[in-house]
Amino acid sequence: MSALDNNAKEIAGDAGSDGGATSSPEINTKEQDKGPAGPVILFFIVGLFASLILGWIIFPKLLYSKKKQPIDFNHVMHMAEVEDGCESCHFFREDGTYSGVPKLDQCIDCHEEIQGDSPDEIKFVEEYVSKGREVPWLVYSRQPDCVFFSHVAHVKVAGMDCVTCHGHIGESESLKIYEENRITGYSRDIWGKSIGGFKKNTWDRMKMDDCAECHRKMTANIERTGVKTPTKRLIDHLVDVVSPGTSMSEKGSSVQTERGACFVCHK
Amino acid sequence: MKHKNAKKYGMVIDLDKCTGCGSCMVACMAENNVPFRKDESNKVLSITWLRVYQLTNGKPFPNTDICYLPRPCMHCEGQHEGHSPCVSVCPAVATDYNTETGIVSQIYTRCFGCRYCMASCPYHARYFNWWDPVWPDGMEKYLSPNVSPRMRGVVEKCSFCFHRYQLAKEKAFKEGRREIKEDEYQTACTQACPAGAITFGDLNNPNHAVSRMVKPDPKHHGRPTNPNAFRLLERLGTNPKVYYLSSREWVRRAGDNYLENEAKYKKTVHQG
Repeated sequence: MSALDNNAKEIAGDAGSDGGATSSPEINTKEQDKGPAGPVILFFIVGLFASLILGWIIFPKLLYSKKKQPIDFNHVMHMAEVEDGCESCHFFREDGTYSGVPKLDQCIDCHEEIQGDSPDEIKFVEEYVSKGREVPWLVYSRQPDCVFFSHVAHVKVAGMDCVTCHGHIGESESLKIYEENRITGYSRDIWGKSIGGFKKNTWDRMKMDDCAECHRKMTANIERTGVKTPTKRLIDHLVDVVSPGTSMSEKGSSVQTERGACFVCHK
Repeated sequence: MKHKNAKKYGMVIDLDKCTGCGSCMVACMAENNVPFRKDESNKVLSITWLRVYQLTNGKPFPNTDICYLPRPCMHCEGQHEGHSPCVSVCPAVATDYNTETGIVSQIYTRCFGCRYCMASCPYHARYFNWWDPVWPDGMEKYLSPNVSPRMRGVVEKCSFCFHRYQLAKEKAFKEGRREIKEDEYQTACTQACPAGAITFGDLNNPNHAVSRMVKPDPKHHGRPTNPNAFRLLERLGTNPKVYYLSSREWVRRAGDNYLENEAKYKKTVHQG
């Protein structure tokens, strides 16, 4: 009996002490958690904001170097002098290629001698015109070497306005700071001012997505029917087999994507 | 699916006229900024978009005969339009078939250099850049601005001077036209050939010299109906858009991988 009682007591005691042993650390850890929770959350929030500021404000500032154009240029003043708008200086050559930024030859007619007394004008004539050196303009819209863009197809055939892609640069009185991406070497106008890639106007960015955005609108028909889903292909194929040439879906010129071909702009 | 006014640019090379001078190769390299090496003797490493091969009938002296065969990219149409060997295997959409021009393109910036296309091309028309191009001092100033130079690790090939097509288009647009004329778009090799052995134009247009010369049969993937015309490895069914002309039977036979004792050249061979 006594032995049994002892056993029972021991078990009870064990159970009691076990319970105590297991419950007390739980309480302890809960108490410990409550203590430094505030600083941890605070540290997290501060860290989050610090990284956001670093990523969205400081990094873009570091990423782009600010360069000044060799000399300043007043578009408004020149626009008042010429008759043909943008195309007076940024003209198409006989063979359909685009001249882009004017060469010295075009400026020399008027700027043989210093006109007016602006320091930029004096610098232009003394440094470049009299020495016969081209002005090393920094081109805001310079694209990578592998990108081929036909101005004549957009301006002459599609009748687009310069402003659609280039913005109101023709109404500026001075050239803005040229921001060059230190990593890629391209102008910030390609990526756009907004580091997040948001844009309000068509001229805010000059990435391929922006070409595509406009082209998608223009060729909405092709885009919608040209998507390469298995069902779509099957239906197209059936229509083609049953009555060749009557298929309604119009594909782009590319066999790979069934949309526009990469080769049009990239080589 | 046929486009309205779809072009099918192709080339006809008269092997009886070709003297093997190599002007076309030089013109091609200069036109397309093709990189070269100091030592070009290892043909596995050198890049030649257009390569002139020497064929021989293998007979002893009095009967020996030699033929030079310039080989650009064949711009294969495949069994159905655009099913070129290389286009169908490219995992990167870096090579493409354009249904408006029939030109097989190569987008260097998309290519990641797996070289699957090189393995699939039966004509060895594709080349791999094992190094970044190194131009002799000052030569980078003479590079064509219309063709982007390639970098290490990408595949390149003949583009039928596609940039010339674009320039011709631009000129046409400036003059208010939509269509370009035959002589406005000619490849560099065509214009460089002193023997006039190379002809270039639209195979879909019966007025163009190329279609008049080979008379392609549209019902059979453009197989030539001119008995002197042939295409390389016709029986593979790649349906190239480069045609060769030769009055010599052994040259025409050399254009395909016939067995030694095979009966005779069959025009009807067609892979289903």
